[in-house]
Amino acid sequence: MAILVQFAIGLIFGLGLMVSGMSNPAKVLNFLDIGGIPAGTWDASLAFVMAGAVAVTFIGFSRVLKLARPFFAERFYLPTRSDIDPRIVAGPAIFGVGWGLAGFCPGPALTALGFGSASAFIFVAAMCAGMVLVRFVAHWPSLTRFVTPADPLET
Amino acid sequence: MVSTSFTPIASLAGGVLIGVAAVLLMWATGRIAGVSGIAARLFPPYEDGEFAGRFAFVAGLVAAPVLVRLVTGSLPAQTIEAGTTVLIVGGLLTGFGSVWGSGCTSGHGVCGLSRLSVRSLVATITFMAAGMATVFLMRHWS
Repeated sequence: MAILVQFAIGLIFGLGLMVSGMSNPAKVLNFLDIGGIPAGTWDASLAFVMAGAVAVTFIGFSRVLKLARPFFAERFYLPTRSDIDPRIVAGPAIFGVGWGLAGFCPGPALTALGFGSASAFIFVAAMCAGMVLVRFVAHWPSLTRFVTPADPLET
Repeated sequence: MVSTSFTPIASLAGGVLIGVAAVLLMWATGRIAGVSGIAARLFPPYEDGEFAGRFAFVAGLVAAPVLVRLVTGSLPAQTIEAGTTVLIVGGLLTGFGSVWGSGCTSGHGVCGLSRLSVRSLVATITFMAAGMATVFLMRHWS
């Protein structure tokens, strides 16, 4: 049952990506292209995606987190860190360059697989390789001096 | 480049759907709907017994266009201009950076911002700025 529910939630998320236009890299790149403002090619739509999503989660999370526990789990797993370490800047900086190159972030890239294009498949394969590389690097004993060993994948 | 039209209503509606999915995931599993974190945990080392649920979520993401095509007979516009090399480099950087930085557009940009997380605010500003700078260099630096 919990598995089916998570499939349905992924489906809703994917539909949201499609309806919003996030599943179209051309639209994402035109949003990121602030240099296109003078020429009128800038597409501000994605600011509305974020506004809609943040508004719903802001209200929804505060309601849900008042519950004693999640429906299918023992407890809520919320990130608690508030320190600004080098990784919280370096990681997103690297991700942002990748996002700006192809126009895909992880969610839309996975949904793009369902469109059936070879390009999406190539991107996702490379993306997964990048993800596996982090897990390898983060668990490398000699590197734990430089990176926080505790839960390297905390959101 | 391919020009796209401004779609505030559809984008807002899509954003609401994404928000609803994030709230439902928190209600059901008690976890943040961060796609990079969910996808990365499909690979070893496995830290908990949640693989099946994460796999189901990702399967739902992939199934969305399949379902839309079955029901409506068509798919929304999708233009991928990047060539193979850019796709591979972009994919590697996206996968590495999002997991190294503990989240992507969904985990930091949606869930983190709505929880007023300072780390997520720093991350979101950083990936937005890096994305904008990259597109600027690619399109206007010649």
